[in-house]
Amino acid sequence: MSTATEATTLRSQLRGTKKGRYADPLFKSLMTTAGVFVLFLLGVMIVRTTVDAWPVFQKEGFFGFLFGMQWTAQASNETTNPDLMLGTYGAWPFIYGTFVTAFIALVIALPLAIATALYITQAAPRRIRNSLSYWVETLAAVPSIVYGLWGLLFFVPVVLMPLFAWLESTFLGDTFLFEGPVRNVSYLAAGTVLAIMILPIMTAIIREVFSAAPQDELNAAYGMGATRWEVIRQVLLPRSTSGIVGGTMLGMGRAIGETIAVAMLVGGSQRMGYSLFFGGDSMAAHIVSTFADAYPETIIGLMAIGVALFLFTFFINILARALVWRVGRLGGDSAV
Amino acid sequence: MTTTLTDIPAAPKSLKISDKRAQRRKFQNSLASIALSSAMVVACIPLILILFVVIQRGIAAFNLDLFIYEQRTFRATEEAGFAHGFVGTALIMALAIPMAVLVGISTAVYLVEYGRGTKLATAVRFVTDVMTGVPSIFVGLVVYAVVVRGTGLGLGFGTLAGAIAIALVMLPIVVRSCEEMLKLVPDSIRNASAGLGSRKWQTTTRVVLPASAPGLATGSMLAVARGAGETAPLLLTALGSLFTVTELVGRAQASLPQLIYQHARQPFPPGLERAWGGALALVIITLLFTILARTLGTKYNKIRAGM
Repeated sequence: MSTATEATTLRSQLRGTKKGRYADPLFKSLMTTAGVFVLFLLGVMIVRTTVDAWPVFQKEGFFGFLFGMQWTAQASNETTNPDLMLGTYGAWPFIYGTFVTAFIALVIALPLAIATALYITQAAPRRIRNSLSYWVETLAAVPSIVYGLWGLLFFVPVVLMPLFAWLESTFLGDTFLFEGPVRNVSYLAAGTVLAIMILPIMTAIIREVFSAAPQDELNAAYGMGATRWEVIRQVLLPRSTSGIVGGTMLGMGRAIGETIAVAMLVGGSQRMGYSLFFGGDSMAAHIVSTFADAYPETIIGLMAIGVALFLFTFFINILARALVWRVGRLGGDSAV
Repeated sequence: MTTTLTDIPAAPKSLKISDKRAQRRKFQNSLASIALSSAMVVACIPLILILFVVIQRGIAAFNLDLFIYEQRTFRATEEAGFAHGFVGTALIMALAIPMAVLVGISTAVYLVEYGRGTKLATAVRFVTDVMTGVPSIFVGLVVYAVVVRGTGLGLGFGTLAGAIAIALVMLPIVVRSCEEMLKLVPDSIRNASAGLGSRKWQTTTRVVLPASAPGLATGSMLAVARGAGETAPLLLTALGSLFTVTELVGRAQASLPQLIYQHARQPFPPGLERAWGGALALVIITLLFTILARTLGTKYNKIRAGM
């Protein structure tokens, strides 16, 4: 008798209650809300900054803002008439600075990243292969402020300045790109440190692209007597082109958005110059370095720079992901 | 019989092919090998150099003073430190981590458990990808506009605003890496749980999440390492402070990266030394989290591979 009652109580305990029926939909909707919340966040980000920056776009026009050469901050009284803009807001000097520094960084980092990724995946002795990529990628976690400090107080004055002075003294110094005077902070200094900063992430992505190449194809080439270099040149590289381009663009997106290290090294003027030794400013660097003592009106201008910066990185990232996705969605650390 | 014997050609002196073309290919190959390994060395030099210089210059200021005193003048050689920065960073991270991890893991659960193959999930995945590429300075501007500014919530500069900005930087990293980790949980144990009669939420919270806990920890810690070193958004949202601030709203807050930035851009050697000391502390924190996360992640993957 007693066992029967025990069984019934146990059964009633195990039976789902009425309340339990709602648990599943509730949990599902909670998780879905989190997902939708992420969508909502990006929406807020775009809408809010665009609305705040609207007076600037209204005054200068979108393209006038992008290609205007003059950036003069003025103080209008935001509280009485928020739409009155007294200053001139042309962001081209900063846009130019952003792309020049990013371009310098890519020119230096891309060949190194490809070669390093090739070395790690194809040439390195098997024993050190994993630890090599482990350390290269771990060093990607060094914060950008540390790169900035190191660049400003050590790398630029100790290593780069003599190199730049030598560059300027050669025939290159007569071309407009390397025209003197050589300054401590410049596009080239910022670009070089940026190259070091984006190297680990680019290496990680390109390494992933190379690892995605089917080993059978490589082995087939080896089996026909190809040397390692021939396998790399004629089998591995051709099939990895789109992945490499995508990885490059992800690195470029990183370089464009990089703020604090560039702010410390690029110079911080509001003008632009065609010499790489000129001390200009990038979009992100200009926002961070003038924000603290900006007039309310200038902050609207900075907001407009932010919107433009977002648009650039947005399109670069979409293009890049589309290219890299053809290889397969990147997983793990290289995606971060 | 004798004819067949004479047909055998004379044996070559050596089996090694040594015509000009083969030599050139061999030469090219060794040239490429040398180029690749030297590229590896060149790539490693600055990365090793940065660690070396930060340790070498930071070790002098990396003492107890740095952790227990607030900043005084840049020229002060004693009883000055970054204590308020450490407190600020700790408070900001203490607020940011729960926000980012809670929303991040929930989103990852949605993507893996509920949204598989739906259009909404594709959109969410796309948006997290876009968010990983959003410059952190833009996140700072957004939080300034929405949280700090009078036209938004109007909370003013402070710990909470800084924490929201850092959480937004961390969020896509948490989502991405936790999604990968949840995907690694094999469907067989989900089915086993369902076969025992558990509801889907029970399966998720009591089977899937515990099974992937080390992986989720890895993803979250990578994000923490990233968030702790962020400077730009904090300058726009927490602003900075000279004193220890414990209020969460209403008073501008200091942080370790902000103090390094401030001290790096002034001329007095004692202040510069403290900047290096702070940088050493920051590097130790971020590398510790990264290495811990990766060690945990490697172990987790090995366990998964055995299943």
